[in-house]
Amino acid sequence: MKKILAILMALACLFAFAACTNDDVQDETDAATDAATDAATDAATDAATEEATEEATEEATEATVEDPSVKSEGVMTYAEYAAAELDTEVTIEAYVQAKQGWWEKEGQGVATIYTQDADGAYFLYEMPISEEDYNKLVDGAKIRVKGYKAEWMGEVEIIDATYEILEGNYVAEALDVTAKLGTDELIANQNMFVAFKGMTVVASTDANGNEAAFLYGWDGSGSQGSDLYFNVSIGDQVYNFTVESYLCGADTDVYKAVEALTIGDVIDMEGFLYWYDGVNPHITSVTAAAAE
Amino acid sequence: MKKRIISLFFCIIVLLPALAGCHGAREQNSFVIPDEFDTSRNYEITFWAKNDTNMAQVETYEKAMEEFHALYPNITVTMRPFTDYGKLYNEVITNISTQTTPNVCITYPDHIATYLTGENTVVPLDDLMADKAYGLGGSEVKFDAPTVEEIIPQFLAEGIIGGQQYALPYMRSTEACYINKTYVEKLGYTVPDVLTWDFIWEVSAAAAEKAEDGTYLVNGQKVMIPFIYKSTDNMMIQMLRQKNAGYSTDAGEILIFNDTTEEILLDVADAVSKGAFSTFKISSYPANFLNAGQCVFAIDSTAGATWMGSGAPLMDISEEAVVEFETVVRMIPQYDPDNPVMISQGPSVCIFNKEDPQEILASWLFVQYLLTDDIQISYAQTEGYVPVTSKALENPVYQDYLSRKGEEHPKKFYYETKIEATELLLDNIENTFVTPVFNGSTSLRNAAGQLIEDVTKSVRRKKTIDDAYFETLYADTTSLYRLDQHSESSAEQADLGPLPTTAVVLLSSLAGAWVLIILYVCIQKINAKKLSGIS
Repeated sequence: MKKILAILMALACLFAFAACTNDDVQDETDAATDAATDAATDAATDAATEEATEEATEEATEATVEDPSVKSEGVMTYAEYAAAELDTEVTIEAYVQAKQGWWEKEGQGVATIYTQDADGAYFLYEMPISEEDYNKLVDGAKIRVKGYKAEWMGEVEIIDATYEILEGNYVAEALDVTAKLGTDELIANQNMFVAFKGMTVVASTDANGNEAAFLYGWDGSGSQGSDLYFNVSIGDQVYNFTVESYLCGADTDVYKAVEALTIGDVIDMEGFLYWYDGVNPHITSVTAAAAE
Repeated sequence: MKKRIISLFFCIIVLLPALAGCHGAREQNSFVIPDEFDTSRNYEITFWAKNDTNMAQVETYEKAMEEFHALYPNITVTMRPFTDYGKLYNEVITNISTQTTPNVCITYPDHIATYLTGENTVVPLDDLMADKAYGLGGSEVKFDAPTVEEIIPQFLAEGIIGGQQYALPYMRSTEACYINKTYVEKLGYTVPDVLTWDFIWEVSAAAAEKAEDGTYLVNGQKVMIPFIYKSTDNMMIQMLRQKNAGYSTDAGEILIFNDTTEEILLDVADAVSKGAFSTFKISSYPANFLNAGQCVFAIDSTAGATWMGSGAPLMDISEEAVVEFETVVRMIPQYDPDNPVMISQGPSVCIFNKEDPQEILASWLFVQYLLTDDIQISYAQTEGYVPVTSKALENPVYQDYLSRKGEEHPKKFYYETKIEATELLLDNIENTFVTPVFNGSTSLRNAAGQLIEDVTKSVRRKKTIDDAYFETLYADTTSLYRLDQHSESSAEQADLGPLPTTAVVLLSSLAGAWVLIILYVCIQKINAKKLSGIS
């Protein structure tokens, strides 16, 4: 009897130890399973995203060339949109030209998107959108948007928007607005994909009075990955341009190109004609100015 | 019999480690303070910091890191700067899941409540603070750190969540109303010592009057937003508090959808309909409108004081757009001027848990360094911040700084508006409050602000504000911010569901062992009785 009891007790102890050990193992297994599941999910999502992107691109390429000025019934022309009062409801059709990163705001996916038709541009600010649909919105994709016209520090935008992805494709050519800088005409091209030719990099001054070709953050208080600010001039006028990090992050060519600028460089640029208390373009490409 | 007792004793001894081991498995990630800081090893500490787009603040952090490294050459702190609490919070959330959180992080207690949903994510500081060797003012700390008694008690209490200290205050601020006194007087009013909501609504409506040519009478410009509020979440929270109305219970029960909220929103709607009120999210930074002579009352943090006024050291609009006027600073408007109430806010600092206790200790030493006089005073001087220790507040250097309010300086170091904003909080520490912190308190705060944003936008869009509107607004807000889904308290134990199989096996084994022990003892006793009966 004693032997049986001793064996039973030993087994109980063994089970107890085993269970403790097993708990750790289970945790690790769970973690490994989670990691594997995550990896598999990520891979599947990536694959699906890539597939969707490729499909969307192919579809867009194959789409019949259409007139980007033509609107569906009940949709505003650009002129009607431009004439609409602030805080009124607007419905537009336009084509995606670029987009800032998708992110979750209060558990809801949102994205800020630069869109354009043949006549003008529309800035869709923090439009609620699923990540799946966001990935479908490749450059040129057509979209119908219903929202409210708003203005923030001079930037006219559409907020609180809903959308519908449509068939169609149009990628705008950059419009050279260099000659319009400093004129009242420029604002008519607000948010459009534009080009600036032969502008000279001039010094930016940080909060301590130090001069540099560009600043991380508006006063130099940022670090790599922050928005880049740099000054460029034409004639005797100086303008402040930006590389918006949510549009073109630290790993993009334009970000690296601006980090490599030196004062006195003469450059050509492309970007979107954003406004912040005056013109403040979001630059997407910088190259050495073409020789005249 | 002796042998049996010894056997039983050994059985218990054998089982005890099993019990202890199981306990250890559950708590394996909790932090235990090492007896001694191992200076033979090197530590890399990551510090995620928030600055108000202010170079002087970045420089203060850098100074702290350099000086600390000089004291502890084996600890290297690297900083990642953020200019937005929301982005910092989102980054931390992302990094919790990948176990790549920073070591030390500037944060809000509300955010920590969410971080704590992960087990042992944030290090409780109670034991660290009290440690005789490495605690606040401890014997082994290589610099003059404050003692726990030297941290302002109200500020310290803000970092307590579920009965434990998870954050230490780093800087404190409140909100202030920055006023274009020139315009108020032009409109025929006098700025009172304590603003009331009635006053601010009335003067704002007067400032919204237009001339026949469409320009505003008070400034002659085409743009005028008489009253702009930067943080509408704070606006709603403070208005409710001033009226002793519901917001939430300490346990996290949502009380915000009440009659007082509706009254406040109707006042907001009325002001918007007159063109008298707007918000940062809808229009832009209050400072930009104030400095351009396009705003009369701008409410923003005291930590935004260096942007306020036509002579402000920091400016976000072109020089030609700035209009000359006299700026005065007042506390936020009150419903009961005799009993003013205002929010306490500002950055706190927390430590994220790591496998290596020595790394956590190194992080803790750096956190203490952030509370030393020199760092506290330097950072406080960058904006309308208040140091969080009595030691720094009483320091002659800080007192000298306050006394030089308005003095000329090439960098406007003694900018009058900034120091007045600081004094506002210094004079009202007893009148400050904070909202309850629980898992979901961040969402509730955002929802509070969104109510004002939505009503403002709706009025601008010519929508009717009535009972049906409020019913829909409350339902949408509840749904969007998941106010009906959070647990009532982070401290409250949630239903964790059925026990895992391993736990069932473990507990059954232990129970079985105890049953066998008791059975064995009983059998032995019966046998012993039998034997004694026979004999």
